[in-house]
Amino acid sequence: MSGKLNPSIQISKDSSVRYLLGIADLCLIHAQRLGEWSGHAPVLEEDISLTNVALDLIGQTRALYSHIAKLERAEHDEDQLAFLRDERDYFNPTLVELPKGDFAHTCLRNLAVSTLLSLLWDGLQKSNDAEVAAIAGKAVKESLYHQQHAADWCARLGDGTEDSARRMTLALNSLWPYIPELFEATAEDLAARASGLGPAWADVEGSWRTEVDQVLEEAHLAAPAAVAFRSHGRRGRHSEHMGYLLAEMQYLQRAFPEGAW
Amino acid sequence: MVSTNAMPGATRVDRAWKVLAEVPDPEVPAISISDLGIVRHVIDGGEVLEVVLTPTYSGCPATEVIERSVVEAIRAAGLGPVRVSLQRAPAWTTSWISERGRQRLKDYGIAPPSAQQVPNERPLRFRRRQSKVDSLPCPRCGSANTEMLASFGSTACKALWRCVTCREPFEYFKPI
Repeated sequence: MSGKLNPSIQISKDSSVRYLLGIADLCLIHAQRLGEWSGHAPVLEEDISLTNVALDLIGQTRALYSHIAKLERAEHDEDQLAFLRDERDYFNPTLVELPKGDFAHTCLRNLAVSTLLSLLWDGLQKSNDAEVAAIAGKAVKESLYHQQHAADWCARLGDGTEDSARRMTLALNSLWPYIPELFEATAEDLAARASGLGPAWADVEGSWRTEVDQVLEEAHLAAPAAVAFRSHGRRGRHSEHMGYLLAEMQYLQRAFPEGAW
Repeated sequence: MVSTNAMPGATRVDRAWKVLAEVPDPEVPAISISDLGIVRHVIDGGEVLEVVLTPTYSGCPATEVIERSVVEAIRAAGLGPVRVSLQRAPAWTTSWISERGRQRLKDYGIAPPSAQQVPNERPLRFRRRQSKVDSLPCPRCGSANTEMLASFGSTACKALWRCVTCREPFEYFKPI
């Protein structure tokens, strides 16, 4: 151990880099929270399912970070991008950094995120960046399995026992205020759409609502009314939970600089 | 290890394919990496033999192990220096699994991927637990009276099913 903490890296301000980091960070932070279920899920099969979803997401993240590192031309690698940024330099929406909550919270968040990602990957298959299109071509198929898994559970819990339906309703009420942020137009989104790099997240809002409403209907649940609250994780302004999440996730790389498997 | 000396007249590329047909997949050792369809090209680049692989899943932890076993197997067969490269597009699909590979999966107790169940259609379909519509034949007894227990199994590429007739659980290699 060097006795010195590994310092943070500075990332490029290039809008393509920041657009792709937003998608990669969405995958990574969501996977970090899913990993917390390892050894804690209600049944063994779900323990394995949630961590398998996390594994797919980390694979997608690694592919994107490696590509972003090339675009940056700053000699960063995937590990540095994952572990050595400060909180303000992560561009995931606040939704995915919130504590994992109970299984109902996790299933609902999985539905929201997998639906979003499957639509984004679908659009990214037509990216003018061939490497991004190739990563998306693989990831879109994986994300549809994640979405089906989440949708099945939401329907089963919402349309299940009194207790499971009550928990789904609590999850809807607590997570719903973080949904509008997903579809806010950022400068990076607009630039990506204009250049042909990928869709603005707002472009997939209509499809997202159609698909999520279909699941909620099957689950006998209804989306809560909109509220004025707005979260801003995609702009790097995170909730109080993000610092704790990063402290745990980054600890080893910070304490043992350049430690590798 | 396969003896490649017994193939007079075979090119270096033919011999390499023969060797790769015996390199097992580390997660599902019943099947070789060429039967799995992840070896896309073998190119004789003069000095260096180039092997092009397409990974199965983005997060598959076996990818790095496979790269190493390819290098070891080619070298051990005396086919000289080898370089392994990864090609992402077109994305790997279970329809690249060979007939021999499908049979080996079945013999090993893993139901091979069905051609009809690729989840590429929107909107979502909901699968009732007892639904017989999507039932798979049991790889042990052949009964169609089977049900899904969990959509992910011991690896991301498999789901967990059970046979109601012979009561045995089995894994299903999911189509992707």
